[in-house]
Amino acid sequence: MKENKKLYTLLVYSENVAGILNQITAVFTRRQVNIESLNVSASSIPGVHKYTITAWSDEDQIIKITHQIEKKIDVVKANYFTDEQLFIRETGLYKLSTDKVLENPEISRTIRRFGASIIEVNPTYTIVMMYGMTEQIVELYKSLNAFGCVFQYTRSGRIAVTRGKQEQVSAFLEEREQHHG
Amino acid sequence: MRALQAEGVKTIFGYPGGSIMPVYDALFDYTRGEKKCFDHILVRHEQGATHAAEGYARVSGEVGVALVTSGPGVTNTLTGIADAMLDSTPIVVIAGQVPISALGTDAFQEVDLVGVAQPISKWSYQIRHAEDVAWAVSRAFYIARTGRPGPVVLDFAKNAQVEEIDWEPKKVDFIRSYVPYPKLDDEAVRQAAELINNAKKPLALVGQGVELGNAQEELKAFLEKADIPAGRTMLGLSALPSNHPLNVGMLGMHGNYAVNLKEQECDVLIAIGMRFSDRVTGNTKTYARQAKIIHLDIDRSEIDKNVKTDVAVVGDCKVSLPALTALLNQNSHEEWRESFKELDAMERTKVIEPAIHPKEGPLLMGEVVNAVAEQAQDDAVLVTDVGQNQLFATRYFKYHHKRSICTSGGLGTMGYGMPAAIGATFGAPNRQVCCFMGDGGFQMCIEELGTIMEQKAPVKMILMNNHYLGNVRQWQDMFWMRRKSFTKMMNPCYELIAQGYGIAYQAVTDRKDLAAAVEKMLKTDGPFILECAILEEDNVLPMTPPGMSVNDMKLEI
Repeated sequence: MKENKKLYTLLVYSENVAGILNQITAVFTRRQVNIESLNVSASSIPGVHKYTITAWSDEDQIIKITHQIEKKIDVVKANYFTDEQLFIRETGLYKLSTDKVLENPEISRTIRRFGASIIEVNPTYTIVMMYGMTEQIVELYKSLNAFGCVFQYTRSGRIAVTRGKQEQVSAFLEEREQHHG
Repeated sequence: MRALQAEGVKTIFGYPGGSIMPVYDALFDYTRGEKKCFDHILVRHEQGATHAAEGYARVSGEVGVALVTSGPGVTNTLTGIADAMLDSTPIVVIAGQVPISALGTDAFQEVDLVGVAQPISKWSYQIRHAEDVAWAVSRAFYIARTGRPGPVVLDFAKNAQVEEIDWEPKKVDFIRSYVPYPKLDDEAVRQAAELINNAKKPLALVGQGVELGNAQEELKAFLEKADIPAGRTMLGLSALPSNHPLNVGMLGMHGNYAVNLKEQECDVLIAIGMRFSDRVTGNTKTYARQAKIIHLDIDRSEIDKNVKTDVAVVGDCKVSLPALTALLNQNSHEEWRESFKELDAMERTKVIEPAIHPKEGPLLMGEVVNAVAEQAQDDAVLVTDVGQNQLFATRYFKYHHKRSICTSGGLGTMGYGMPAAIGATFGAPNRQVCCFMGDGGFQMCIEELGTIMEQKAPVKMILMNNHYLGNVRQWQDMFWMRRKSFTKMMNPCYELIAQGYGIAYQAVTDRKDLAAAVEKMLKTDGPFILECAILEEDNVLPMTPPGMSVNDMKLEI
């Protein structure tokens, strides 16, 4: 199934009103496309929320999904991107056994090699955090897990900014307001 | 009430209940005496209210309004909302809701309306406080009527219905995140014009968008300048008059033979305000592959959704058609147009003549429709239910006037006909409304006979009774080894039913009585039921079998 599919990132901007997330996810559900990751937060524009959604799809389908999402009344803009067009970060959190970390110096070396940082240590557990792309974060998990030291592991949804200069959405909104003005 | 008044509402189709009582109480004063500004039509089932609102909207171009209570009142409207969504019909459904203090408690007649209506409406919103009313109602009408129209749902919490505030009118005519009329791309228009100017065999496909955009005249100017033959979708039938020389018939599974085959031969296909529904395209993998495709639509998400286009002109056809026409060369495609005639003649001999002028045997649906079409006024409105009655009626009715057809195209809602026809009589009070139904669909909203009785709504009901769910029976015969699984139906005595409601009734079983009976129906003031005893196993032809290519269309089976 995945041969001609790619991981696309959708950046969606909406008004901050209840129920939009439901409307957006319903567009995916109706087409049986799974959302791989999802991050929602306030954007740099007051009153506008930003959704960063990743999903495996082919281009035809992701175009249709993007248009259907943008068609929702309170959605301001929706665009889809491939990884090359974005600056992307995810975060991984790893809760490790402090005993195991002290026992085996390879664990610390691995953490350093991946550029991850230790953000808390107590006699029971050690929390490691890593920023990066999905593959690196998963790779670190696999390496640590091989040492049998992982209590818990979690990975955030993706956040991304476009490689362009500013959020085009502000320009769009300005034009809309002027036009109405 | 004042918010509705501000939106120019004149007619409300509704049904009262617990959670909407404060609104109904206020309505009482606004429907009589000095303050009168609305007609309230009491329907017999909430589904009927939404279909009536749809019929009203379709013929009048105004927003139809349905007013219902919470819980079952509003779940009964969901079919109508979904229907209006698929057929881009502007309606506003206002439903009661339990007070916000009771939300989420599974209170009596509570249902998560915004949740259930969201995927089948253009916008749905819960009014939680009285101060939201003016804004929400104005926004609802603005959204319903602008851009690509559609249904809007307002979920009106009971506390908000009774809270007292100082009335401040609010007019919504701008939503920054919503662009109802996209700006025309001049380059796309230029490319489209170039394709059309160089076309040898252009073919236009006309949809309801032309009616919704009120661009019937702009369409004619466009077609006439470049001499382009045009097929119409079922919902777009009255966008171009039947007798227009460039009209080449109806598209789709049971449309006209020539235009379906010519879709596979044209070199440029120009789709105007239509959405390439599967009933029109058949198998999209083989559909019009030889042609360059130009798609004019107001809704960008329709572009490339079902059929890949070469040039997309996104915008209101009231604007895009004249812009395109201005760049067209005066042209003539006589040879191409003439080439339709041979296929038309085949269809006429094999299908049309036997259907509308049969010599013997029981009555056929085609001849009944034809008999009504021959006597109906030029601006008569055709309303259909769904099934064979719909296919025969849309094929053989004649359209001379814009906004002359109400039919459930996308959702295919049986039971739509009767209530939609009621709505049409209010939306176009001076026009004849002829409603064709089968015995299946007639019984699906049969309760609305009560509304017709009470309102004396002049619906001319043509009940084409074949004692079958005919369309499904036809498919069973064609594709399911003639196994007629639950399509034969025992019917009540419709004459007694008509009597019970005090509605004029006549039965026709014999061909020689048909014309006189139709005349009597059309001359009778008020509602009329004309029951026609139809050949039990009549088939709608031609037909493109489901999933096949449009050029596999069959004239006979």
